Amino acid sequence: MEEVKLFGSSYSPFSRRVEMALKLKGVEYEFIEEDLSNKSPLLLKYNPIHKKIPVLLHNGKPIAESSVIIEYIDETWEGPSILPKDPYERAMARFWVKFIDEKCSAAMWKAFASPGEEGEKAKEEAAQLLKFLEEEIKGKKFFGGENIGLVDISANFIGYWFGILQEIAGLEILTKEKYPNLCKWIDGYINDNFVKDNLPAKDKMTEAFKALAQPGFSGYKPKV
Amino acid sequence: MAEELKLFRTWSSPFSLRIVQALKIKGLEYDTVLEDLSNKSDSLLKYNPIHKKVPILVHNGKPICESLVILEYIDETWKQNPLLPQDPYEKAMARFWAKFGEEKVLVSIWSAFTSQGKEQEEALATTANNLKFIEEQLKGKKFFGGEIIGYLDLAFGWMANLVSIFEEISNLKLVDAELLPLLSTWMDNFSNDPVIKELWPPRDRMVEKFKAMREPYLNKVIV
Repeated sequence: MEEVKLFGSSYSPFSRRVEMALKLKGVEYEFIEEDLSNKSPLLLKYNPIHKKIPVLLHNGKPIAESSVIIEYIDETWEGPSILPKDPYERAMARFWVKFIDEKCSAAMWKAFASPGEEGEKAKEEAAQLLKFLEEEIKGKKFFGGENIGLVDISANFIGYWFGILQEIAGLEILTKEKYPNLCKWIDGYINDNFVKDNLPAKDKMTEAFKALAQPGFSGYKPKV
Repeated sequence: MAEELKLFRTWSSPFSLRIVQALKIKGLEYDTVLEDLSNKSDSLLKYNPIHKKVPILVHNGKPICESLVILEYIDETWKQNPLLPQDPYEKAMARFWAKFGEEKVLVSIWSAFTSQGKEQEEALATTANNLKFIEEQLKGKKFFGGEIIGYLDLAFGWMANLVSIFEEISNLKLVDAELLPLLSTWMDNFSNDPVIKELWPPRDRMVEKFKAMREPYLNKVIV
């Protein structure tokens, strides 16, 4: 009998991505909710390098970094493909995931969390970067085409988390007026039957993130 | 009809060099477009509008950007001399360490090279910690890929060239052969491998280039 365990956090978009991938493949797993202010000895043993979640444990062997874990899941279990089959399409999917994580989401976090000039610069940067995604989603239901794929799963921060952060901070970066196609994708995404089961409840998330955006708070560093 | 394969690169970019190395390992023929990054070609901007960087691999007119993404594309498109391991877990480990190399090792070494005083001390300490993890990965292996060079060797290959160049310019010790014997040996083995050896850019030009890149950081006033 296969042993699959996931060390994660319900509010973390990275953790939720891995859960989506596992559920798409119909993999049964044990979820271990980590308290990120008090990480378990097991988490530190399985991810001594980054000490972060998510960490997947498959038959006793740990894998860390959500993008690495998701590719592992796609290669190990049968079921709907998470990445495309064609090498060029796969390269494009990986390119977009890198862009979303390393450039786009990074700027969007900063726009929410960084005070003063740094925050202002980040807002401008985020606005520019989102234009590329707006272009990419044109004419498509999902980034993966007819069905959600790697890029849609990896864009969960943009699709759901950022909307909540935007409300909390009173930002108007990702709006229907400026990004009609991207916002259409967001609507389809958060209302998709599969995806919506994998998003944390809005009210709980709002409370959790609001607590971090108190006046005098010097800036939010993503806990994951 | 012949396949069209083009690589946009610069003479010195270590990221571009990964692709040159991979294409040689795979035995592929291709055209090179040498870019001057202070005067980027229209083609470069057309093929990589988001990052405007090299390397870019163009295969039958379709561009692929980001060196690690390109390496995986090459490996999946041409099956001879595989770069990544076959086993999914080993593959995941290779990807994990490549990411670590980009996000942590490269960053801490560059920081140590370009900073001074306390900031430099911290960067050196972080580098030492990061490299200890890499050292462990080489236990019982000649290359990260095992007996032969693979994806992870190409991902870390910049170290085999740039570490000694940075050490020469800055008088820092980044990789101490006594503390990191396996890594030191790997750097020699990779550097001198017959496939890799003739591909290194001219060392004197590299020293000159990185000396110039370091200048503005040295002239920063430390308050």
